[in-house]
Amino acid sequence: MIAEAGLAALWLAAALALLQLFLAFAGLKGGKSELLAAVRPAAVAQGVLTAIAFGLLITLFIRSDMSVLLVVTNSHSMKPWLYKFAGTWGNHEGSMLLWVTVMGVAGAAVALFERALRRDTHMATLGGQAAISLGFYAFLLFSSNPFARIDPPPPDGQGLNPLLQDPGLAFHPPTLYLGYVGLSVAFSFAIGALLTRQVDAAFARAMRPWVLAAWILLTLGITAGSYWAYYELGWGGWWFWDPVENASLMPWLAATALLHSVTVLATRDALRAWTVMLAVIAFSMSMVGTFLVRSGILTSVHAFAVDPERGSFILALLAIYIGGALALFGWRIGSVREGAPFELVSRETLLVVNNLLLSVILGIVLIGTLYPLMTEAFGHKVSVGAPYFDRIAGPIALTLMIALATGPLVRWRRDRAAAVGKRLMVPFAVAILATVSVAILAWGRIGILPFCGLVIAFAVGAASIAPLWKRNLLRTPLFTWGMVIAHLGCAVSLAGMACNSAFTVEKLVAARPGDTIQTAGWSLRFVQIKPIAGDNWTALQADVQVDRGGAPVLIHPQSRFFASPPTTTSEAALLTRWNGQLYVVLGEEVEGGRWQLRIWWKPFVTLIWLGGILIALGGALALVGRERRGWLMKWRARRAFA
Amino acid sequence: MKAKHQRLILALAALAAIIGAGLLAVSALKDEAAYFYAPNDVKTKGVEPGKAIRLGGMVVKGSLKRAANGVTIRFDVTDGKATVPATFSGIAPDLFKEGSGVVAEGAFDGKGTFVATNLLAKHDERYMPRELEGMSYNETTHEMKAER
Repeated sequence: MIAEAGLAALWLAAALALLQLFLAFAGLKGGKSELLAAVRPAAVAQGVLTAIAFGLLITLFIRSDMSVLLVVTNSHSMKPWLYKFAGTWGNHEGSMLLWVTVMGVAGAAVALFERALRRDTHMATLGGQAAISLGFYAFLLFSSNPFARIDPPPPDGQGLNPLLQDPGLAFHPPTLYLGYVGLSVAFSFAIGALLTRQVDAAFARAMRPWVLAAWILLTLGITAGSYWAYYELGWGGWWFWDPVENASLMPWLAATALLHSVTVLATRDALRAWTVMLAVIAFSMSMVGTFLVRSGILTSVHAFAVDPERGSFILALLAIYIGGALALFGWRIGSVREGAPFELVSRETLLVVNNLLLSVILGIVLIGTLYPLMTEAFGHKVSVGAPYFDRIAGPIALTLMIALATGPLVRWRRDRAAAVGKRLMVPFAVAILATVSVAILAWGRIGILPFCGLVIAFAVGAASIAPLWKRNLLRTPLFTWGMVIAHLGCAVSLAGMACNSAFTVEKLVAARPGDTIQTAGWSLRFVQIKPIAGDNWTALQADVQVDRGGAPVLIHPQSRFFASPPTTTSEAALLTRWNGQLYVVLGEEVEGGRWQLRIWWKPFVTLIWLGGILIALGGALALVGRERRGWLMKWRARRAFA
Repeated sequence: MKAKHQRLILALAALAAIIGAGLLAVSALKDEAAYFYAPNDVKTKGVEPGKAIRLGGMVVKGSLKRAANGVTIRFDVTDGKATVPATFSGIAPDLFKEGSGVVAEGAFDGKGTFVATNLLAKHDERYMPRELEGMSYNETTHEMKAER
């Protein structure tokens, strides 16, 4: 019954989306207020129904209902509770249902909470959101039904990919999707504004919190995914330039550009057409990413099922929505008037530089990701990997960091170059100091890119807190704090990346129990190896006692064996200290009773993810700060009126 | 400056940036995209030592040997037409074994041995490095087939 109820909820939601689309556009076209009055309730009901459908699928997974095909192919009754729950979205159909749910709930949120937007634009936005939702409802219902039954039900399921059986599965995909799909709101806003010809500062102020919210979640999702890959895959790397990772990076790059340009539009009423374009591109990148991941043209842990029919379906949706939005853009953009002009030396210029560089990086990542697919269509197999992305995107990203350091220190509209230079004195001095000290401390051990990265990280760190200089910190607006913290996060993250690639010490040994290994100031005593058992796995576990002069700590790298599906995974042991992480992986047994141990000491590697969290925190402060200011102003106005 | 002129300048800057990105990407791809080699490509085209590439093929049966230090392995990679010797120091993936597919990341040393820094094998039955699709190995005849 539960599965049928879920399917019914989905069909109802799809019907409501169709109704919502019709009501919004018929109402706007004919100026019929009574039709428009039903748009918001329709959006809210749609959000509730998708949430119900998703909740029902979770229920089926938790109950291990083996009469449902999806549960059979992706779950197992012996699996721990957490993975039954999170396994709901650890597969193609479930993750697409999550996609549709986020879209429905985001639409409901726009219907309920958006107050700043002009009414007709608001209605057109909800119509746009319904239009994009419809395509994904169709995809779900016609080619990826998560509620399909299987008859007769098998005694038990096939289990979940053990690489996904990790607490990370409960956090990373939902957060990433909230951000990824949350960008659909920005897309719908752009459609709405183009339709009602309202591309102005008021529109940008209304759109900004939605972009910010999606961007915060996307940042958190990517950060979590990076850390998960780092400890789960056991390769000690934090970013692999895997096409699937690029699929999440591309919307983030576009959303970051959008976040900055929407601020220019909101504050200075400039960059009108460009901001609308970016709003379209950001969600288009989410859809391109989904196409790459879900179509089966890539194989990775993220590509669950290979099915060419689904690929063509998503490709068709992609063509319709992106093509449609660009056509609307081309048709209406002539009627968007030029925004306010600005001088060459102004914050606007720096933000334009930010946008151009982010777009360039986006273009490079997009080309690098699609190129192997294009050549394969012509019969050549190539792979594009880290050497390409590091060589090309690395230097541009560092240039972008310099713009990031400068931008907040330049005034809006017009500034004097000499004054800007003066404000940059301290960061510049820090850069020189950092150059000299890094050169003295690490000359010959550090590559050119990490060297520049480290120096720039220090300079950006100093520059990012400079806007707080000589200010009353308590009276500084929350959104200024947000910008400062987010920019500081970039510096922190960059420092972590540079330290990790420059100073990581790696050691690979074959050791007998009782042996002691010395590396990077650490002493590791291989105590013993023993079998242990978990809920649905057995493992060989090494007990390794580690110390570097203080009290010894016992850590436990494991090699786990899962029975369903039969797979071995290695669980790295991580020991976090303030200045880095010790990362130990257990390998296989070799002759002479020895075991392979791979040991890394990674100085300051944790800064990479700490930076990511700071960036998201900065975004959250900015969001709360702006919203609170809006509430305060409204409240004061109401009181003055009374 | 008039708003109209400024808009034109901005549009041109954006266009220049996008074209610049495209050119940069294409020029880099020329160098890096030939990044995947099968042993026969190595034989016919040649790869300069030290250049980071991916080498893909099947691990030849009976070629896998472990050095006395317990951490270095030697094996041969074949695509049926040519065979390349390779070494790897590290923990090999669980599904890395003789007669199965592998993609090795690394570079050639001066003597024609491929020094792998990373091995990508199948994660599980469902996951296969994309470059190895269409390759198969016959267990009995030791024959490699590659549809490329």
